[in-house]
Amino acid sequence: MSYIIKGDTGDWEVVIGLEVHAQVISKSKLFSGAPTEFGAGPNTQVSFIDAGMPGMLPVLNGHAVEQAVRTGLGLKAKINKRSIFARKNYFYADMPQGYQISQYDMPIVGEGTIVLDMPDGTSRSVGIERLHLEQDAGKSVHDQHATKTCIDLNRSGVPLMEIVSKPDLRSPEEAGAYLKKLRSILVYLGTCDGNMEEGSMRCDANVSVRPVGSTELRTRCEIKNVNSMRFVMQAIEHEAKRHVEVWESGGAVDQETRLYDANRNETRSMRSKEFAHDYRYFPDPDLLPLEFDDAYIAKIQATLPELPDDKKARFIKDYGLSAYDAGVLVAEQENAVYFEGVAKGTDAKLANNWVSTNLFGLLNARGVSISESPISAKNLGRLVQLIADNTLSSRMAKEVFEMMAADGKDPDTIVTERGMKQITDTSAIDAAVDQIIAANPDKVAEYNSGKVQLMGWFVGQVMKATQGKANPGMCGELLKKKLG
Amino acid sequence: MTDLTSLTIAAARDQLAKKEFTALELTEAHLAAMDKAKDLNAFIVTTPEIARERAKAADARLQSGKAGALEGIPLGIKDLFCTEGVQTTAASHILEGFKPPYESTVSQKLRDAGSVMLGKLNLDEFAMGSSNMTSYFGKVKSPWKAKGRSDDLVPGGSSGGSAASVSACLAMGATGTDTGGSIRQPAAFCGIVGVKPTYGRCSRWGIVAFASSLDQAGPMTRTVRDAAIMLKVMCGHDPKDSTSAPLSVPDFEAVLKQGVKGLRIGIPKEYRPDGLNAEVAALWDQGIQWLRDAGATTIDISLPHTKSALPTYYIVAPAEASSNLARYDGVRFGQRVEGKTLDEMYAKTRAAGFGTEVKRRILIGTYVLSAGYYDAYYLKAQKVRALIARDFNEAFEKCDAILTPTAPTAAFGLNDKQDDPVAMYLNDVFTVPASLAGIPGASVPAGLNKDGLPLGLQVLTKRWDEETMFRVCQVLEDAAQFPLLKGAR
Amino acid sequence: MSLDKATVRRIATLARIEVPDADLEATAAQLSGILSWIEQLSEVDTSNVAPMSGGIDMESISTKPRWREDKVTDGGQTEKVLANAPDPQDGGFFGVPKVVE
Ligand SMILES: [Mg+2]
Ligand SMILES: [Zn+2]
Repeated sequence: MSYIIKGDTGDWEVVIGLEVHAQVISKSKLFSGAPTEFGAGPNTQVSFIDAGMPGMLPVLNGHAVEQAVRTGLGLKAKINKRSIFARKNYFYADMPQGYQISQYDMPIVGEGTIVLDMPDGTSRSVGIERLHLEQDAGKSVHDQHATKTCIDLNRSGVPLMEIVSKPDLRSPEEAGAYLKKLRSILVYLGTCDGNMEEGSMRCDANVSVRPVGSTELRTRCEIKNVNSMRFVMQAIEHEAKRHVEVWESGGAVDQETRLYDANRNETRSMRSKEFAHDYRYFPDPDLLPLEFDDAYIAKIQATLPELPDDKKARFIKDYGLSAYDAGVLVAEQENAVYFEGVAKGTDAKLANNWVSTNLFGLLNARGVSISESPISAKNLGRLVQLIADNTLSSRMAKEVFEMMAADGKDPDTIVTERGMKQITDTSAIDAAVDQIIAANPDKVAEYNSGKVQLMGWFVGQVMKATQGKANPGMCGELLKKKLG
Repeated sequence: MTDLTSLTIAAARDQLAKKEFTALELTEAHLAAMDKAKDLNAFIVTTPEIARERAKAADARLQSGKAGALEGIPLGIKDLFCTEGVQTTAASHILEGFKPPYESTVSQKLRDAGSVMLGKLNLDEFAMGSSNMTSYFGKVKSPWKAKGRSDDLVPGGSSGGSAASVSACLAMGATGTDTGGSIRQPAAFCGIVGVKPTYGRCSRWGIVAFASSLDQAGPMTRTVRDAAIMLKVMCGHDPKDSTSAPLSVPDFEAVLKQGVKGLRIGIPKEYRPDGLNAEVAALWDQGIQWLRDAGATTIDISLPHTKSALPTYYIVAPAEASSNLARYDGVRFGQRVEGKTLDEMYAKTRAAGFGTEVKRRILIGTYVLSAGYYDAYYLKAQKVRALIARDFNEAFEKCDAILTPTAPTAAFGLNDKQDDPVAMYLNDVFTVPASLAGIPGASVPAGLNKDGLPLGLQVLTKRWDEETMFRVCQVLEDAAQFPLLKGAR
Repeated sequence: MSLDKATVRRIATLARIEVPDADLEATAAQLSGILSWIEQLSEVDTSNVAPMSGGIDMESISTKPRWREDKVTDGGQTEKVLANAPDPQDGGFFGVPKVVE
């Protein structure tokens, strides 16, 4: 499943590293007490610190530290008990201090790993280079005024985790799988809400290409701020093709920052931010080194939830699910929790079918999330039980499911109200079978002369005679015996 | 009645308590003195309405027996401290008109203690200088003149307005800030006491930053006791400043009479380079003798990296300044010069808003942090700085305090040609090492040179040991009987 | 170390300070003077010395991390935030020359 770009001179592979900026779930900013909520009026969530006023000093939000450590632990990464906040110096209108407080050579979290679940059910490990804490910039609004750019500092100082992967990704699909998995882990941990539309997760992609078989790293371009998983994949695909074209035409790729234009599906150079990158990092003298001990880490470790990989392994082991099915269920924590609610004390594979096919189908059709599901896990679990103990045929179960979806009633009530019990009493089915055989001698003759596909018609007749309540399996067996 | 402006803070405090005069009378006396001494250019703005209002409030509290530690005491505030609703400029054009909607922690503490703000004191632009000649709002003149001469002298810097106003009895005390000597050197030039406490004693919150790892606020007063009274109010832990120390504040005034008997005073040989001004050297020897006479022992010590302190400082301070001053960009406050693009607006605003020395230091600081030079300059300097701090740590295993001259010379002429920045930087040669090490230091006026100009002695102690520093300062002050202007004591 | 005009132009651009071409030469000379004086530091042996990371020696005071609680204590003061703005815009924004991205 390797991803190859066919060029005129040969085959090329793409080398991708992703930098994800994930907004830390917190009430207040990284260095001030202003709120972080999304969508407030311009400059209403701004402290004098966030506005870079003279004499203002940053004070670190302890919860953001905890969230970063928590995320590091979730990524099975090295936690650095001593890290340093550094200033990244550059001028921009929405960066009030003239520098961003970030971490440079000593980040709070070091190397870690993410396991990707590929669509074909295989998995593969991708290295995490580092995770560091930093503050967000404000927002430049360009469409408010004809000759001015308007600056809103509400986001200024919002805590971010920058999570940097190693250049281990080899295809747009892998990049997509990486983002999906990272998002899943962050949401499980409760450290980021993963909402890309509101900008709580933003992605920069570093892309380069090289001839297949080569191990060199060619010049990379950084595609900035792509705000959906689909766009990340499209941008990478486009950028990789562009690189191949440049190299094959005898040119050289320039190391630069590029912007992805989703409307035109192209990347283009951001010349405005291009010139003279020299961030002059140095340790922020307004802040102390960030230090904590093993006990602090252990305390956070103890509160970690079961993460997707562990849950997936458990689902495979305890419920006998396939790797693929388990992967689909655990991707969203709420889905996994729902599934376990359904599977409790009943056939897990049947539960998985009903959750993954019927329920997800229903939710998709209605465009609602699982938290808004009209059918509770408990009720769906009961329905699965009724199928497993042969009270309902799967056809009847589907009808019950529709009724549950319509009014949220529990399956027992529906079954009782409608008298929908499957007939599993042999003598009752016997009578119906005898009657059908007696009434249709011509069909019996046809069947006996070799037209065995008539069996379906016989079963249908019996079902009709029992108003659909007969167990179809039992009908088949009895018919076979009596016709044969 | 005696001239109220010549009183010490301690005396005024006691007499206000005894209702010998009112806070308003005390304030009016100072406002009148300020009016008469406009020529010194010590204040960038005066705030007589605020002063009268606060003096009246102080009188009410004095009446009701709820007086604070500085109730009714008129003070000047260096214009580096943000003061709510009152223009704060750091003596820079770029901040002209800026009225902070907040009050610095230190000035708030002084206000809460009942003191009366007279106005905002002039300084070198962004506290970058040793002469007060770089202020956008004009040079400050020292109230001192050489014997038989009429030419104006510098008050030192950067807290030159503070030093001049206290020396000339326009304010009973003033706040200063010291990054490389900006409290101690002007105190020495103007014949007053200046105290730079341990880095982390006073909150930096609300003080316009020059070099964050060095900046410290401190009091400038006419007596050691007054400095002890004022410092106690100014310092203390502030959760808004991550580098402020969570330590309780000692009663500095209470230790003043403890003397120096049994203390070991270190005399660093590196502070006596070849060619040290003879009068400065002689006063230093005199100081050693005074301390011995008071029962201290003196020992020779070595601070081997002293020579490297100034170049280290002129890397660390400009580097931090280049970053700290990036926020003056014409977007959110202060002056702006319009441009066609954002970058053009920045470049024009900052070219017009900053003065020559500030621009020079920003460029040096930008250079030493830039790619390829960081290790050779900034990182190297921070390592040398660690060695300088280690020198002091080792010295303080052998001695309790260190005595040195404060400045290599007395005040120089206001109109002397100053076209060599390095020569100007040498003014701070004795004050900078303590700044780099973060230890406390004070300058006490100890004598006059042959021209009748003040010379100061510097007392250094280990971190958080301001109490020993004050004890030594008090002994020096008692011995020196320094002739304060207007005979104030 | 002596700086050339191009270097001065580069750092002036980084620092966003307009330096007229006519002043580049003099500025380069002045900065070079300061830098060559500073360069004496290279003689100091700093092998195995950890750089000082700030002005405060925390070990002498407290090992307890000094972090803020995650509480909203600020914000909701748009007027004050904008009070000193040279070019405030309708709707509560700071205004700057149009930035084209
Ligand atoms: Mg990045
Ligand atoms: Zn980042």
